[in-house]
Amino acid sequence: MGSNMAENHPVGFQWVVEAQKRGAKLFHVDPRFTRTSALADRYVPVRAGTDVAFLGGIVHYILETDSAFLDYVIPYTNASTIVSDDFRDTEDLDGLFSGWDPETRTYDPDSWQYEDMQVAAASGQRELGAPTGQAAHGAHGGALEHGEPPHYDETLQHPRCVYQLLRKHFARYTPEFVEDTCGVPREALLEVCEALCENSGRERTSALCYAVGWTQHTVGVQIIRTASIIQLLLGNIGRPGGGILALRGHASIQGSTDIPTLYDILPGYLPMPSALAHSSLEEYVEQNSPQTGYWANMGAYTVSLLKAWWGDAATKENDFCFGHVPRLTGDHSYYTTLRGMVEGRVKGFFVMGENPSVGAANGRFNRKAMRNLDWLVVRDFVEIESAAFWYDAPEIETGEVRPQDIATEVFFMPGATHVEKKGSFTNTQRLLQWREQAVEPRGDCRSELWFMYHLGRLVREKLAGSTEPRDRAVLDLTWDYPTEGEHAEPDADAVLREIGGVDLTTGKEVPDYLPLKDDGSTACGCWIYAGCYADGVNQVARRKPGHEQSWVAPEWGWAWPMNRRILYNRASADAEGRPWSERKRYLWWDAEQGKWTGEDVPDFKPDMAPDYRPPEDAHGPEALRGDEPFTMQSDGKAWLYAPAGLVDGPMPTHYEPHESPFPNALYPSQHANPARQQIRLEENRYNPSHGEPGAEIFPYVATTYRLTEHHTAGGMSRWVPHLAELQPEMFCEVSPELARERGLEHGEWMTVITMRSAIEGRVMVTERIPVLEVGGRRVHQVGLPYHWGSRGLVTGDSANDVVGLALDPNVHIGEYKALTCDVRPGRRPRGPALLALVEDYRRRAAEAGVSEPSPTEVHP
Amino acid sequence: MSERVGFFTDTSVCIGCKACEVACKEWNGLPTDDVGYTGHSYDNTGALGAATWRHVAFVEQNRDSSTRWLMSSDVCKHCTSAPCLEVCPTGALFRTEFDTVVVQADVCNGCGYCVPACPFGVIDKSEEDGRAFKCTLCYDRLKDGMTPACAQACPTESIQFGPLGELRERASERLEVLQVAGERSARLYGEDPDDGMGGLGSIFLLLDEPEVYGLPPDPKSTTRDLDSMWRAAARAGAALLGAVVVASLGGRR
Repeated sequence: MGSNMAENHPVGFQWVVEAQKRGAKLFHVDPRFTRTSALADRYVPVRAGTDVAFLGGIVHYILETDSAFLDYVIPYTNASTIVSDDFRDTEDLDGLFSGWDPETRTYDPDSWQYEDMQVAAASGQRELGAPTGQAAHGAHGGALEHGEPPHYDETLQHPRCVYQLLRKHFARYTPEFVEDTCGVPREALLEVCEALCENSGRERTSALCYAVGWTQHTVGVQIIRTASIIQLLLGNIGRPGGGILALRGHASIQGSTDIPTLYDILPGYLPMPSALAHSSLEEYVEQNSPQTGYWANMGAYTVSLLKAWWGDAATKENDFCFGHVPRLTGDHSYYTTLRGMVEGRVKGFFVMGENPSVGAANGRFNRKAMRNLDWLVVRDFVEIESAAFWYDAPEIETGEVRPQDIATEVFFMPGATHVEKKGSFTNTQRLLQWREQAVEPRGDCRSELWFMYHLGRLVREKLAGSTEPRDRAVLDLTWDYPTEGEHAEPDADAVLREIGGVDLTTGKEVPDYLPLKDDGSTACGCWIYAGCYADGVNQVARRKPGHEQSWVAPEWGWAWPMNRRILYNRASADAEGRPWSERKRYLWWDAEQGKWTGEDVPDFKPDMAPDYRPPEDAHGPEALRGDEPFTMQSDGKAWLYAPAGLVDGPMPTHYEPHESPFPNALYPSQHANPARQQIRLEENRYNPSHGEPGAEIFPYVATTYRLTEHHTAGGMSRWVPHLAELQPEMFCEVSPELARERGLEHGEWMTVITMRSAIEGRVMVTERIPVLEVGGRRVHQVGLPYHWGSRGLVTGDSANDVVGLALDPNVHIGEYKALTCDVRPGRRPRGPALLALVEDYRRRAAEAGVSEPSPTEVHP
Repeated sequence: MSERVGFFTDTSVCIGCKACEVACKEWNGLPTDDVGYTGHSYDNTGALGAATWRHVAFVEQNRDSSTRWLMSSDVCKHCTSAPCLEVCPTGALFRTEFDTVVVQADVCNGCGYCVPACPFGVIDKSEEDGRAFKCTLCYDRLKDGMTPACAQACPTESIQFGPLGELRERASERLEVLQVAGERSARLYGEDPDDGMGGLGSIFLLLDEPEVYGLPPDPKSTTRDLDSMWRAAARAGAALLGAVVVASLGGRR
């Protein structure tokens, strides 16, 4: 669900097929019948953007049929924890949780906490100025401020225990509600519920796979939270065959989160320090690290990172150069940065491994931002749309802008392909694998590593001899990677070794993160990767065939952390440390030897007995009990209810997408996620949604997606002849019923219009687009693959030109997967007439009563 | 001669990724067809041809308001009795040591007899140089002990390569599994050595009638009857000759 795995992860999907051959049942829940549905045992259609309602229906079923795996739930989750008396649910406040401030459109989450407890947000205050913080990408649990355990009721009867709060919260997610909201026949929902429950428990496990079909919503984080609740209630986390598998979008996108290209975290999910709150290392560590669990050692991870970056220059006396680390002054996420460009505050922009002109929501907004830059660097294989935006773009075609009026200086740097460079990939399941170089890159093409290293080298040469304090951060860096070959390519092995960590007193590589110290005696570029170069060996490059090792295959590549293949695997044994069943044995307590043993590296203190109870003054992992598997959480328990860490509520709630033709059937007065981030700018006009005047102008639901044949925004496929011919044109998928309603002819052209823009595509009339019955009427969905742009061997309009920017408030990801639109037969107008068409729709909306956006209004 | 090898294409696990089409074109250096947008579901290469030696068919079906999307990667059948080979006047088409059928491009004179001879419409003349081309079952790779490119690239083992006898067994086992699971219309295609083609070197597991995938339901070798046809013609000729002789003898009287 939320994933089209067969099309977008065809290589990984071989294991799903393999599982089916061994008897696994595959369900595919999706707005479209895709190539994944074709292979599924059961396809279940769902209206785009109603995932919380559907998953909430499963939670409802589990709770109301007493199907939860209580032997797992009671000791391992916070089901029994008592929540503060101040907490009020959406069921009490008509769609809002307690703590809502209508002025700022934000929550104060204080009332969501456990009773008599102050639970700090995940490893600290993730964003500047927010006393409660915002959960960052990959946020990890919460911190019990004093380390004492919360109040529990293990009978689960207390009205304010999490289990009862869940029952109350999800009481109205009945099969009838799901049917009426999602358009899913109730029999189909029940079939899914029964299959999940029958295949969970001691003897069996079930897995949920998702991708951006879940994340790209204004409630994206909460959709995944709902999945977590299901998997925890059924006991499917930390066990073989279980889990929630986030299928990442392309090679090493997981790696670019672990060693981030994100603004709010440092390597290993350490929070980015804040300009106001963290003037010293001590302050930063103290405010961000809990007393209990493995995050309690955050100081060691941070100092080791600083030593990797600044080497000998980082000393105890100068706070290990903590002052050199950039500070957050607010939200610097992608779309906020775009606004900064439009408003002239951001002058330069690097585009690497992206094609935002095609691949990012609201292409017009992206291109407008780039037109306002002083300089732009694009690194890619070919001159993609984002490099050519100043002379080849929809706005040039319409005559809105002329190339001679655009002052942005564009530097195009040709990139080496994956066979022309070596290095590591980190894939979906945290597995690092090494890739060798096959051939030298052609001409001026170079690797990213070459580019960044030599860019840094040249900047340092320019700054050499500077006495300015501001230049110290660059000049003090350990920028000494050995280079090789005619192009002076930096040695990727040396970079991996630095990431993997070294004991500076012996010069030896560390075996894992446990020896990392906060006294400056260890250096490690990313604490969760510590040990990937243990014994001086590139562990990542291991390729021992599966048949020569155990079924877990620990010697194929290397998985973070500590080469552990399943996280929280202590949960694969019961509270006493025995396997849940012979069939599902994975890790267990060996009382004779006094240690955890099994198929994997224990995700637990290796010698902590199941009956261990912490003394009062315990700290770090020793402060958790021997039957608390979730060691990154400060209470050692998995959270069914999140007392901190999220900005839009401790439990998931069904809200309609930002743009939706339907009312919120649960909370009519709260249409969409109240805390969603909106960007109300002239460049980002929203379609009127249900309940707003003019909503009927955009009656259809649209959703964007990828096809197997192309890669994201097309840079790696539209220029490759053998791939380009496979899907040569932009097309729109519609049902026969919608085709009849709007006179769309299969194989001819159609135009899709929103308040942002209008695009055209060939008409693909297909029964694979189901027409759903929602709220007593039939809803049509329009499928928009987003691969095309104006350049390459095959060209076409970009779907993202009609997508607007409404964002999840936790992680600032846009709602690409559910928006509204209108459609009409025929090609879109050319030149200025295109603007006139969109203007006509805006005029109609204005006449209906939609107000013009004020130029700077942003929520929250 | 080595053991006969072939393909088993299990369409029940084909995900329509077209990796086979691309791997084939890449390995064999084939040009694009650039057919353009066809509107035939997700198929934009159309059919097997001189430059498309693997082709994935996409069949959308709707019965009783439930949707099915069949995908199947088609390829040369490397027939037991291969009509293309039998009609080839130059010997460009030949049977290899692996019991597969291959065109030698440098011997082909472009006569095109093989094209109508193939009951599957596999072999095709290149528009560029007029010569005939089709799948070689990666003859060059086989000689180096490698798997054909399409089977190597297939992520779900929908395309399997191996000794034909083994593939037939695997196909039967897989069919049984599917039938037990309720796939009543599942069937094998080309696995029977006693069929009109003497069995195929590329066998298929289909989920519907062969026609649905564009395959002939009961293919017969177009050259199978040549022998008896020539005999009949010879008999007719002899009879005619006899009549002429009799007539002329009579005339003399």
